[in-house]
Amino acid sequence: MPEPNLVLENSPLAAMTREQQLIASVQQGRRELFYELVRPYERRVYAAALAILRNEADAEEVCQEAMLKAFAHIPQFRAEARFSTWLIQITVNEALMRRRRDRTVVMEGLAEHPDEEGNYTPRDFADWREIPSEALERKEVRQRLAEALAMLDRKYREVFMMRDMEHLNIQETAEALGISTASVKTRLLRARLMLRDLLAAGWERGWFSRLPFEKGSKPW
Amino acid sequence: MVVSCEAVWREISNYLEDDMDPGLRSAMEEHFRSCQHCNAVLEGTRNVIRLYGDDRMFELPSGFSRRMERWLTRNVVVSRGTWPGWLIAAVAAVLVASSLTLARSLMTPNPPLRSEHAQAGHGIPPDMVVVVTEGAKLFHVPGCEVIHNKDKQRTLTAKEATREGYVPCLRCMRKYLNLAGARRAGAHAEKDEQREAAIRAAVD
Repeated sequence: MPEPNLVLENSPLAAMTREQQLIASVQQGRRELFYELVRPYERRVYAAALAILRNEADAEEVCQEAMLKAFAHIPQFRAEARFSTWLIQITVNEALMRRRRDRTVVMEGLAEHPDEEGNYTPRDFADWREIPSEALERKEVRQRLAEALAMLDRKYREVFMMRDMEHLNIQETAEALGISTASVKTRLLRARLMLRDLLAAGWERGWFSRLPFEKGSKPW
Repeated sequence: MVVSCEAVWREISNYLEDDMDPGLRSAMEEHFRSCQHCNAVLEGTRNVIRLYGDDRMFELPSGFSRRMERWLTRNVVVSRGTWPGWLIAAVAAVLVASSLTLARSLMTPNPPLRSEHAQAGHGIPPDMVVVVTEGAKLFHVPGCEVIHNKDKQRTLTAKEATREGYVPCLRCMRKYLNLAGARRAGAHAEKDEQREAAIRAAVD
């Protein structure tokens, strides 16, 4: 049986307390603790930047700038928001600004649907049950998933990334992207269904082969 | 309540978010029990959310953490734009400039002599106590009878006096000058002889 204090140390509550302590210390001037504070979120921050910029070097640069901005504004951080959410929102803002500034012409995916209110009909009804999460240990699987995500149109990819990958709620996603909650819901539905079709086809044909989306017959 | 497949697809995301009217939710559950296609869509969408929501989905590029830590150390720990940071930078700049000045002064053999006719002297003990006077060009053994403006004289070592450009007094420091002059004259004569010999050899 584990030591009681070890259980406490590893619990989410302990992690949260530790995070709050780190935030307070950094706010009081212990700047050397800042990296320790943000380190657990490196991966999520990078994923957010990459989903928007689709370029590894740019995403990394934006992460670094975002961390500096977070440090500069940490005196204003209040505990009513989750630190991770706050950090990701800063990163998303930085990435969106970078994209606007660079005006990079990004080749959009195959899932172009200019009409957001248009409809999407699922095209694959194969009965593919649960994919074990252990599958993610395989680099090939992760790569296929990333490729499928990259095929989505930007507006769907961003909403999906923030809600389903960064775990922001609908309201937070809407605020970060400057769109309505209704738009978030619509885009999220379409992103999820499109990805499901891509993955279902890949599952059947041997790991997520590219499959163009088919415009639906407006069932809703 | 009975719902169509199209209505299920339209609401499936809200169903997974648990963001819907309880009546509609019950109707959808009933639909899933009887519709294989919609059930496949539901399970597939769940898979999507679960797989992409996993932390393992994205790998950081190699060296990302190390670069991030270095970046934050450089820009956060060693401040950026705040007054302690500027202060540290300013002190560092002053130290570097002072070191360069000192190094330059030590590496420079001698400053220009204050008299172009003077001889630098040879074999003068560097810690020998000498005196100089303001506006003059020579340094002297204390008590030398040719010191002018004795009321403005100051004492220092021969090495310091040399570094300031003073040259030995012809009267009181003669022994150092004669030796130097003799050696220099000898060296010049030897060089001249060698040159003349070379010219003669070339002509012959």
